Amino acid sequence: MSMVTIDKSGPTRKVKYGSMSRDRTWALRWSYFFLTLFAVFSLVPPFYMLITSLKGSAEISAATNPWWVYHPTFENYIQLLTSNQFLRFFWNSAWVSIIVVTITMLISVPAAFALARMKFWGSATLATGVFLTYLIPDSLLFIPLFKMFAVFGDWTGIQLVNRWYVLLFIYPTLTVPFCTWIMIGYFASIPKELDEAAIIDGASWFQTLTRIFIPVALPGLIAATIFAFTVSWAQFLYPLVFTTSTDQLVLPVGIITTLIKGDVFNWGQIMTGALLGAAPPLIIYAFLMDYYIAGLTAGATKG
Amino acid sequence: MADVSLRKVVKRYDEVEAVRGIDLDIADHEFVVLVGPSGCGKSTTLRMIAGLEDISDGDIMIGGDVVNDVPPKDRDIAMVFQNYALYPHMTVAENMSFGLRLKHYPKAEIKSRVTEAARMLDITDLIDRKPKQLSGGQRQRVAMGRAIVRNPKVFLFDEPLSNLDAKLRVQMRIEIKKVHQKVRTTTVYVTHDQVEAMTLADRVVVMNYGKIEQIGTPNELYHKPATRFVASFIGSPAMNFVPCRLEEVGGKLNVRLTDRRAFPLPPTRAARYQAISRTDKLLLGLRPEHVMEARPHAEPGVEPFDAVLDVTEPMGMETLVYFTLEGSQLCGRVSPNAGAQDGSPLRLAVDLNNMHLLNEVTGAVL
Repeated sequence: MSMVTIDKSGPTRKVKYGSMSRDRTWALRWSYFFLTLFAVFSLVPPFYMLITSLKGSAEISAATNPWWVYHPTFENYIQLLTSNQFLRFFWNSAWVSIIVVTITMLISVPAAFALARMKFWGSATLATGVFLTYLIPDSLLFIPLFKMFAVFGDWTGIQLVNRWYVLLFIYPTLTVPFCTWIMIGYFASIPKELDEAAIIDGASWFQTLTRIFIPVALPGLIAATIFAFTVSWAQFLYPLVFTTSTDQLVLPVGIITTLIKGDVFNWGQIMTGALLGAAPPLIIYAFLMDYYIAGLTAGATKG
Repeated sequence: MADVSLRKVVKRYDEVEAVRGIDLDIADHEFVVLVGPSGCGKSTTLRMIAGLEDISDGDIMIGGDVVNDVPPKDRDIAMVFQNYALYPHMTVAENMSFGLRLKHYPKAEIKSRVTEAARMLDITDLIDRKPKQLSGGQRQRVAMGRAIVRNPKVFLFDEPLSNLDAKLRVQMRIEIKKVHQKVRTTTVYVTHDQVEAMTLADRVVVMNYGKIEQIGTPNELYHKPATRFVASFIGSPAMNFVPCRLEEVGGKLNVRLTDRRAFPLPPTRAARYQAISRTDKLLLGLRPEHVMEARPHAEPGVEPFDAVLDVTEPMGMETLVYFTLEGSQLCGRVSPNAGAQDGSPLRLAVDLNNMHLLNEVTGAVL
């Protein structure tokens, strides 16, 4: 966009800034100040991780300036990316996250549609109930859940504990309620006339969902997907509890359990592993954010 | 195309009866407008015909078949909503063809129908645009196009012009009338705007408190209202009402407003009102156009009187004058040359040949 200066005052009048524009200027200054502060605050740790990941172990333990790399090396990256164990963690994480996101969307989108639109007996209570389940923290849930799977294993002989796929049953307890809640909000904001028009046009409930609601609520759907992916990718407590064999571990737990041997911290590789682990959500955000924001603004300017 | 019949249709929401027993017959090709103040049950009635609301009691028939329990998609109706309800992610063409695509019509058939409807509504250039790139009037055309391509038995319009500005509303009103002249589909149209009702309808159904007050052609409703509600709802400015009673003086009937003022009834009216009890509390109903400036040689039945004008509203071709007559606020229409001015006296006349007489208690027009 080209900058065009419009002089609204007459040629002889001196430009005077009213209190409104002065307020606005100050508001902008303050917001820049705090945004910068916040950006620095949250970017320092990853920056430190990046620096450390580029150092050899000798340099890390040496008493030099910790904020500078004197002998940059990709040794840590090469070691991790050629280690079958690390790649195994990566694949486990990827599979768990992708399948959990799929399961979550398959459950929460139809559930949200039903709760938002099909008024049935107890639908309002149920919607609140869905949200309440999200409020129970995982640190409270993991013991009863572990017991449940253990008992289930005893009764049926199907052993789920210490298998990576047990996480596919557990993560949705975190993602489904929240995603359902987000989608209820998005679906509820769609005007009622839109589904009535679809019904009169001859669409079934399912067609109304797939051909009207999902496309219209796409920004919300993407937000929910990002959330579900981030939660599954970054989940630490559940995999720590439910999986123990090294070939069943996901990335966050794998890094901690294999790169810390007793009291020896392999800092270079820990930092490298953490950075590599942070990459996929970052990439997904970067790609979908544009689309997400485009969707949001398109909705905002609609008359 | 089909006729629509409602038999004792009732809609109850928990305790409240929104529609309280409606009987209505809409002939094939007819354009019927349901009109009334908000909350009178007109939209609920329309939505029951559409199948978007269950009916609590009674029967609804489309083309002779009872459709009480038929889902909307099988009723073969099309509906145009107040806020257009266009699918925001689809182009104009996709919006219009959505219903046909769901029914798996052949592609060529869909294309020809959409093209034809777009041509009729003059939106051919917009066919590839998304709804958000359209103005309010264009969106309304697309919504109508979506109804037309379906070629349904009945069109239902739910206050389609309420979201448009005044000028566009007049233009779209004409547009809707033109479309109906071309496709001749049975139409039920809901509005709270009596001007819209009068200009569009073959027959107008005036509703109030969940009941039908009167059904008739626009002219019937205007000239022969059945109740006080219809008389005051139809016509703008509204009909004037002055409390009065009948008295007989020397074998002639007078309509007496107060002890000070009475007007003699013209012979035709006197004969008509002869049977009314002299003690009944009545209302004299006069449309503003029957309260005009007094002329030197008055016709029989036109009775002059003096008034002091409170407010005048020059409309160009006429001037509306507001004044108080025997304690009642009245509105009259005078010629712009009559010299009407705020606060000044003017000699006016009432045309009793066009008067209405209402029972003040029951509201019935006598």
